[in-house]
Amino acid sequence: MDIHEYQAKELLAGFGVPVPRGSVAYSPDQAVYVATELGGWHWVVKAQVHAGGRGKAGGIKLCRTYGEVAQAAKDLLGKTLVTHQTGPEGKAVQRLYIEVAEPFEREIYLGFVLDRRAQRIRVVASAQGGMEIEEIAKTNPDSLRQVQVEPAVGLQQFQARELAFGLGLNIKQVSRAVTAIMGCYRAFRDLDATMVEINPLVVTKDNRVLALDAKMSFDDNALFRRPRITEMRDPSQEDPREAQANQHGLNYVGLSGDIGCIINGAGLAMATMDMIKYAGGEPANFLDVGGGASPERVAEAFRLVLSDKNVKAILVNIFAGINRCDWVAEGVVQAARGLKVPLIVRLAGTNVEAGQKIIQESGLPIISANTLAEAAEKAVAAARGGLDS
Amino acid sequence: MSILINERTRVIVQGFTGDKATFHAREMIQYGTNVVGGVTPGKGNQKHLERPVFDTVKDAVAATGAEASLAFVPPAYAADALMEAADAGLRLVCIITDGIPAQDMMRVKRYLMRYPKDKRTMVVGPNCAGIISAGKAMLGIMPGHIYKRGNVGIVSRAATLGYEAAAQMTALGIGVSTSVGIGGDPINGSSFLDHMALFEEDPETHAVVMIGEIGGSQEAEASQWIKEHMTKPVVGYVAGLTAPKGRRMGHAGAIISAEGDTAAEKAEIMQSYGLFVSPSAAELGSTVARALASL
Repeated sequence: MDIHEYQAKELLAGFGVPVPRGSVAYSPDQAVYVATELGGWHWVVKAQVHAGGRGKAGGIKLCRTYGEVAQAAKDLLGKTLVTHQTGPEGKAVQRLYIEVAEPFEREIYLGFVLDRRAQRIRVVASAQGGMEIEEIAKTNPDSLRQVQVEPAVGLQQFQARELAFGLGLNIKQVSRAVTAIMGCYRAFRDLDATMVEINPLVVTKDNRVLALDAKMSFDDNALFRRPRITEMRDPSQEDPREAQANQHGLNYVGLSGDIGCIINGAGLAMATMDMIKYAGGEPANFLDVGGGASPERVAEAFRLVLSDKNVKAILVNIFAGINRCDWVAEGVVQAARGLKVPLIVRLAGTNVEAGQKIIQESGLPIISANTLAEAAEKAVAAARGGLDS
Repeated sequence: MSILINERTRVIVQGFTGDKATFHAREMIQYGTNVVGGVTPGKGNQKHLERPVFDTVKDAVAATGAEASLAFVPPAYAADALMEAADAGLRLVCIITDGIPAQDMMRVKRYLMRYPKDKRTMVVGPNCAGIISAGKAMLGIMPGHIYKRGNVGIVSRAATLGYEAAAQMTALGIGVSTSVGIGGDPINGSSFLDHMALFEEDPETHAVVMIGEIGGSQEAEASQWIKEHMTKPVVGYVAGLTAPKGRRMGHAGAIISAEGDTAAEKAEIMQSYGLFVSPSAAELGSTVARALASL
């Protein structure tokens, strides 16, 4: 789960990470009020969306007067911001963060990730802040400094110090950078984050170290014990279909093709999508109905897939382990009544004969397939309008 | 032979008296698995499925000589159950649970390192279908009837894709020695490489199928090891060619977030290390047949 910049800064500040003063605003009036409350001479008005690359996309504006703050807020609120991370559909700007502008001398990159290979938390820093980490890794890999955290004892001060000295900071700056690094680490560990990224962490003329931007992602599997994080969820930043799928215990990812997929198991779902591509078609979605494919879940899966108007055919592929094919078939037959697009069904595993019998005797124009390859080929042909049952 | 489990392996079930655990324990017993008891804290001294229930894993090991366990424990308590199993000296724990926090698994992996290598517990899973040694024993939730006894090992991240491979092989008359599901999470108890090494040593296994997916570097690491150490042919497949970058495809671990994470890159690496790469999931069976014919 992702959160907004202002939420991440609020959390990190609670762990002692220094951040510029700022507050959230939902309207131009609020934005101006926040600026007057904050005081100072320059403010930054920042669009709050769950994506990076906001600066280049025009989502961050430096303002010198209250009038400019009001204008920037007016321009940004309600706008759809398209950055290289949002995809072409962009993300809606409904909240702004108004922050005191802090002049700075240096920009540093600081990131915390779960390293799958080492199975530890890894801290990455670079003196080349402000650029994206992928870019730094490509153009200046030698500037990357990394440490791994031993899970039994956690990140140690000396490791943070080594990183800070390695970035070429002076001793005053180092002690403040260590505070920031240790704070981010504790936030990562204590809040079950999967990513904390401070880009840039800036150094001011008077040797202060500040998190100018902050991004945090959290482990969905740990949200049960992080109610405060769960409350920070902003559904406006999520694909409505994916959010709806989540509520029904389904996993859905929308894609751009025209063959709707309903499959049990994430691996088989990916493999089936690949088969569709292999057969010359394009999948419209990823959808895992999971282990207990009850008629209700199957019906919900059909509703989700059909809410995508590009869908020209639906492929159901179930390999029943705990599931029973006859049970899944009942659900499919119920959901398929009145269906306007061709439906291809492949069943395998437990009680497959009984399942196929239910499909055949339903009197519905369902196209049966015995193998994965046959199912994909028939789905591609049906989507092109070349196959009637 | 076979790897990890056989018909003699003494098995306990952690979370024994729960509904799902009861259902699957019964299936395991029917398949021929030597289930000697189970653990549910607070239900010690009771009987369940005609087998003794214990309060702690240590009690169960002392009374039954259990060597392996199947853990059916909710996500919040899973790490604790795994560490309890390791501390009680079980050789093998298979954990089916989906939804365990990644940092919990990190702690579990670190905890296992307390023990010297020859006494260290092997964890299989989480978020997997389990282990089956065809015709002998089953430590998991898979449909046992689709596996024919034979000489090909399967190791897969995805459960149903592992079934697909087994079914295609059965249709071609090819059987399975052991099938292992290592699970779809970013941090697995054991890796492709761990099981590949066991299959290499198992005389009953003549070839192995490795079924990977997008995300992580396990497939690449195993492929390199196969090139350097493995004498048996290995078939490789990677799901997720059509998966977009940065999107989680169901499994917590199935996400393209770094270089080398994509299905195409992994398949290329497998190819370069001399594996028999199955071009699609529909050709898993026929590619295994091709690999066996090379022997």
